[in-house]
Amino acid sequence: MLEGIPMKYILIVSTFMFFSGVCGFIIRRNLITLLMSVELILNAVNINFLVFNRYLFSDKLQGHFFALIVVAVAAAEAAVAIALIINIYRRFTNINVEDVSEMKY
Amino acid sequence: MKITLIQFMFYLLSSVVVIFSVLTITSRNILRAAVYLLFVLVATAGFYFMLNYQFMAGVQLILYAGGIVVLIVFSILLTSHIDLKLPKARLINLVSGVLVAVAGMAISITAILQYPFEATSNSPLPVDMKAIGNQLMETGSNGYALPFEVISVLLLAAMIGAIIIAKKGKMKKTN
Repeated sequence: MLEGIPMKYILIVSTFMFFSGVCGFIIRRNLITLLMSVELILNAVNINFLVFNRYLFSDKLQGHFFALIVVAVAAAEAAVAIALIINIYRRFTNINVEDVSEMKY
Repeated sequence: MKITLIQFMFYLLSSVVVIFSVLTITSRNILRAAVYLLFVLVATAGFYFMLNYQFMAGVQLILYAGGIVVLIVFSILLTSHIDLKLPKARLINLVSGVLVAVAGMAISITAILQYPFEATSNSPLPVDMKAIGNQLMETGSNGYALPFEVISVLLLAAMIGAIIIAKKGKMKKTN
């Protein structure tokens, strides 16, 4: 529990972060910027898990472990996505979403 | 009204998060966007330190700030020219994106402000490394051994998959 900081303030900050990630996911057309938007979204969710755990259920550690698992999933997702992006770049020589519309091998 | 040090840190970190998360998605230089993302992630680690989750903050710094951002910067350098400007977003995308974000934010923030959160009255658990390690490895009712094993298998699978996808295979000449 933090003195002088209501829980809702942190929730509002993380909401802002989440929806800027959503906005970036829609307005950008580059695969790497899409990946960065996903990282923003996952990070905002992580903040929420930890804040709920600290403020509401400080006798348990469930939010903590969930956030830990989300970080691991994000790392795995980034690794696979970047491997895919490099492969796509090798095949199409750019990574714009519009230009990568065929999935034929 | 006197602002305490912790409140000052909170406002500093939240302004960093807000400003740089907007800059991450609006910056047209992609390498710069990655650096702004790094600032957002480090400020998030600061939030975790403020919430007294030191282990989680360390994981955040090592894995996100140290690992994922470096991976993203590497892939940027591999796939695009260093002073590439991203094209301006199309108007329809821009309008729909901002609209979705503003509407979602309005709904979520009204929901947050209206919901009466109730804190537990039990005494707080000290979050030190010993408690975390014990719970992570325990198989009883408080244990997280199964998710731990599942996540390790997932990481192994992702690692092998990434290597197989990214390695230079025998490609058919298409062009």
